[in-house]
Amino acid sequence: MTTPLLSVRNLRKSYGALKVTDDVSLDVASGELHAIIGPNGAGKTTLIHQLSGSLPSDSGTVHLAGEDVTPLSMVARVRRGLARSFQITSILDGFSVLENVALAVQARSDSSFRFFRPSAGETALNAEAMTALDRVGLADRAGRRAGSLSHGEKRQLELAVALATNARLLLLDEPLAGTGPEESAILVGLMRALKATHTIVLIEHDMDAVFALADRMSVLVYGRVIASGAPDTVRSDPAVRAAYLGEEEAA
Amino acid sequence: MSTLVARISAEPPRRRAALSGTALAGLVLAALAALPLAAEAAGLPFLVVTATRMMIFGLAALSLDLVLGYGAMVSFGHAAFIGLGAYAVGILDAHGIRDLAVQAPAAAVTCALFALVTGAISLRTRGVYFIMITLAFGQMAYFFMVSLAAYGGDDGLPLSGRSTLFGMRLIEGDPALFYLVLAVLAVALLALRRVVASRFGRVLRGSRDNAVRMQAIGFSPLPYRLTAYVIAGAIAGLAGVLLANQAEFVSPAYMSWQRSGELIVMVVLGGMGTLVGPVVGAAALIALEEVLAHYSDHWRLGLGVMLVAVVLLSRGGLAGLAAKIGRRA
Repeated sequence: MTTPLLSVRNLRKSYGALKVTDDVSLDVASGELHAIIGPNGAGKTTLIHQLSGSLPSDSGTVHLAGEDVTPLSMVARVRRGLARSFQITSILDGFSVLENVALAVQARSDSSFRFFRPSAGETALNAEAMTALDRVGLADRAGRRAGSLSHGEKRQLELAVALATNARLLLLDEPLAGTGPEESAILVGLMRALKATHTIVLIEHDMDAVFALADRMSVLVYGRVIASGAPDTVRSDPAVRAAYLGEEEAA
Repeated sequence: MSTLVARISAEPPRRRAALSGTALAGLVLAALAALPLAAEAAGLPFLVVTATRMMIFGLAALSLDLVLGYGAMVSFGHAAFIGLGAYAVGILDAHGIRDLAVQAPAAAVTCALFALVTGAISLRTRGVYFIMITLAFGQMAYFFMVSLAAYGGDDGLPLSGRSTLFGMRLIEGDPALFYLVLAVLAVALLALRRVVASRFGRVLRGSRDNAVRMQAIGFSPLPYRLTAYVIAGAIAGLAGVLLANQAEFVSPAYMSWQRSGELIVMVVLGGMGTLVGPVVGAAALIALEEVLAHYSDHWRLGLGVMLVAVVLLSRGGLAGLAAKIGRRA
């Protein structure tokens, strides 16, 4: 078997007696879209924080393309091709849409300790940023203030920023959070297109979207992975039905 | 798509605003350049002295804006750099080194080093703790100078005269010093305008707005914040060099924490993160000081009321207020 792009082994995180991440192990193969689902409070966002490096783990390891990135900071992991989006929209409202993305390009192209040349006029940065914006369908919004975008467009911008980091692996934390049906449809379409070029770990509440997109999925309940596999297998898993999907259908 | 890039990087509305800004700056510069002559003609030579003082503090407030307005670092010890810059002049002068060509670089380097060391420690904290730590470093510098008896201690240190420039006694007169200060301020303003628009400035601004986002795209804010802190310290040191020359006297009072507080007031009053604003804020604060002090010993009360009014009326300070009026007009 080839080395998985992302390999997580026995990852743990506790706050006092509360085990938020409890012995999580999972592999994500290159090119796969791996969805992580689970009820509220299952520890999905904590897991994303641990994978992206913004939260240190108590124990366990995270390997990216065979390299142990467990001790590395978020910044170092981004530089190795592991980018994340945020559950709560986290863009630079005061910057233009283009600048939001151009900054991500700038982060990986040469030094940013340049003090005199106006960065907004750097055509190489802007051109790459435009490619990412084009990819998420925001090219015509490039000159707008990011804060003035609609909620759905901001979620698209989040994706463009993650793309612009040149990530190999995208960690998407509820990209559909707070979006209406039309915005959702656009974003699902986008993610389907991104699957062709990127390995994706997707955390999402929207079950329709998850089953439409996922190649494989893991179900997280109280910090534990109770099932992992192809969507159909997971869907019919009795433990999953009991713990999660049943609840959802009842609701 | 390339046409789209071209269209966006052209950004017509901003260009126009920048152009009128440049025109305005040119106008202000021309008016300032004529000030010493006008003041002489009107028989009001003290205006030159006051205007010089405004510009010196404008330079210091400008440097603080890089830290406070663009870096979101509330430094409460910025006056320490003014004091260190002034003492660089005073101490060198006491040893017979009177030339600006030595004094100014010495002041800038001393302040940059002080900023590097204190910044590296202070920037491990954020928010209130950063304020406290910078205040503590400022006070340490203050008390160090107070206890430095060899260089006047608490009483301060008179200079033997104004500095020379490349051996020439160029700034003996107040108008000449005025022009030197004006030139330094103009260069610093133009340079910092470029800095905040550069790659470096963009990272600094991004980190101010959302540090976690910056980390998520691969930037650690710390080195950028520290660099801004060092640049600002060096520029404030130059303000100290000029202040020492104007007064021909150096005193620990330059670096008291009240002075640091006044610098913050200048920046907030003028408009954080606008560069020009803090310069205007410095001028306004000093002008108010002069005018209000003329009428009442309790002038600070009046100043307080005005500050509250400006902050309430416009979060962007005087610069924000001007922009608001400009938009309406």
